[in-house]
Amino acid sequence: MAEIVAKINPTKAVNRSEALAPLWNWVGVLPFFIFIFVFLILPSTNLFVGAFQDRNGNFTLANVSVILDPYVLKSYSISLQISVITSVLGGVMGFFVAYAITIGKAPAWMRTILMSFSGLAANFGGVPLAFAFIATLGHTGFLTAILRNICFPAAGGSQTCPFDIYQAGFNLYSVTGLTLAYLYFQFPLMVLTITPALVGLKREWQEASENLGGSSAQYWWNVALPILWPSILGSAILLFASAFGAYATAQALTGGSIYLVTILIGQQIRGDVLNNPNEGYALALGMVVIMAVCIVGYSILQRRTVRWLKS
Amino acid sequence: MKEKKYNLWAIFWATLALLYFFVPLYGTFDFSLRMEKGRLSFLAYQSVLSDPNFLASFRYSAIMGIITVIISVLIFLPTIYWMYLRLPQARPIVEIITILPFIIPVIVYVFGLIRTFSGPPFQLTVTPFKTDILITAGYVMVSMPYMYRAIDIGMRSIDVRTLTEAAQSLGSNWIQILANVIVPNLRIAILSGALICFATVIGELILGDFLVRPALGPYMVEAGRDQAYQPAAMAMLAWGLTWICLGLLQYFSRGRASAQQLTGR
Repeated sequence: MAEIVAKINPTKAVNRSEALAPLWNWVGVLPFFIFIFVFLILPSTNLFVGAFQDRNGNFTLANVSVILDPYVLKSYSISLQISVITSVLGGVMGFFVAYAITIGKAPAWMRTILMSFSGLAANFGGVPLAFAFIATLGHTGFLTAILRNICFPAAGGSQTCPFDIYQAGFNLYSVTGLTLAYLYFQFPLMVLTITPALVGLKREWQEASENLGGSSAQYWWNVALPILWPSILGSAILLFASAFGAYATAQALTGGSIYLVTILIGQQIRGDVLNNPNEGYALALGMVVIMAVCIVGYSILQRRTVRWLKS
Repeated sequence: MKEKKYNLWAIFWATLALLYFFVPLYGTFDFSLRMEKGRLSFLAYQSVLSDPNFLASFRYSAIMGIITVIISVLIFLPTIYWMYLRLPQARPIVEIITILPFIIPVIVYVFGLIRTFSGPPFQLTVTPFKTDILITAGYVMVSMPYMYRAIDIGMRSIDVRTLTEAAQSLGSNWIQILANVIVPNLRIAILSGALICFATVIGELILGDFLVRPALGPYMVEAGRDQAYQPAAMAMLAWGLTWICLGLLQYFSRGRASAQQLTGR
């Protein structure tokens, strides 16, 4: 019977097997998708569904009001504050360091060290980073001790020590301290992401600008920055995301006394500090939304950059 | 046009960056040598390296790292190979999936893992062995973007179709093709993926901490709470380990510069 059908209408049979073949091909990637489903999609959606349920499992939007909880508000504002400050400071510093390495023609030995140390420092995060800053700027840290011992004789036979940073109100175990620690990986990350864009600036553009009588400032303002801004902004977003999602450094540095969103989520996991598990899920969902906006923005800007660098 | 010998603006920023790099590095090193009062010694390092808890947690994390590398390769290598060979239309989907771990912070991810796997029907948090299965899956997920990218870049540089057809015409089966033809061509890509993956697991804090397994990250946080000089020594050791990993990575992937991120924060 099937043979006859095939004889009568051979094209139809061929079409059917061709349509089936790609479907059969998907079986080859099935293990990957099963693994992803069980250990990534399932846990994530399970969490996000929880964000829209009340205690009895009914659908609700009430958990979104968790954002009005004073602890949550504070945690989001501190997280945003640290992420914005470190991405702006790290971005500016990283941009100029990348400039020094590429166009600025810093001495060759400096360039070599800066390039390899940027790779190293951008990857030096987590708990060891907190330890390094405690050893350097903690109460008895290396730099703290040196600065404290710079003293001058003052009027009345006493001494003044103007660089005693803890006397002056500095505290490593605070937002300021955490900002300094984050900058240790933030600005090298900027160096790594922005260097290709700076290398991509063509010498001819600068020469053309000079030939037309443009000053250096005019070249940067009217030529270089308009080309560079998508990569600068994209890199800054990447820096923002890397600070926003960070947990380990803050936990090890301050033992959880700075209320970052990540720290608050950690406390919620351990002991339901919000007194409502579903609000905890909403809190976590809020983080993912912000991260998703960042990554999408970054990839759009990155695509614009690639267009320039290829031409 | 006269050219200045050195650009002072560039030198200013380069110097600032070098100071930012080296002051904490030297400060940590100096601090780590001062455990013994009045003289410099490596006592803190001795103390760390002879602490049975440190050794146990280091061993646990290292074994987990190796298992994670093996499982990652077993999952991603055949998938990416098959995708290049038969299913190019799946690439955009798979690529989006593999960057999901960047969007979902580890702390959120572990929250989801605990909510999903701490009760029926898939309870995986009751015995240490089951939790180890869960944590390994977590490590594979967290390091997936790096492992995937490493193998993907490698696969892009070889002609998968021709190699496969050549092997098939000589009578190889799928396993032989993968093991004897594809893997040897991807040695470097797999190796660099494995290094990043291993380094990620070693430095990972959140999964070990919240799934309550004796990993290196939680041990270090614990040690940081009640010791002064040993943490500095551990920071120096971590620094050295990162340096070695990156050095090996650079050595193996010469000419293919790409910004890599190693540790979980």
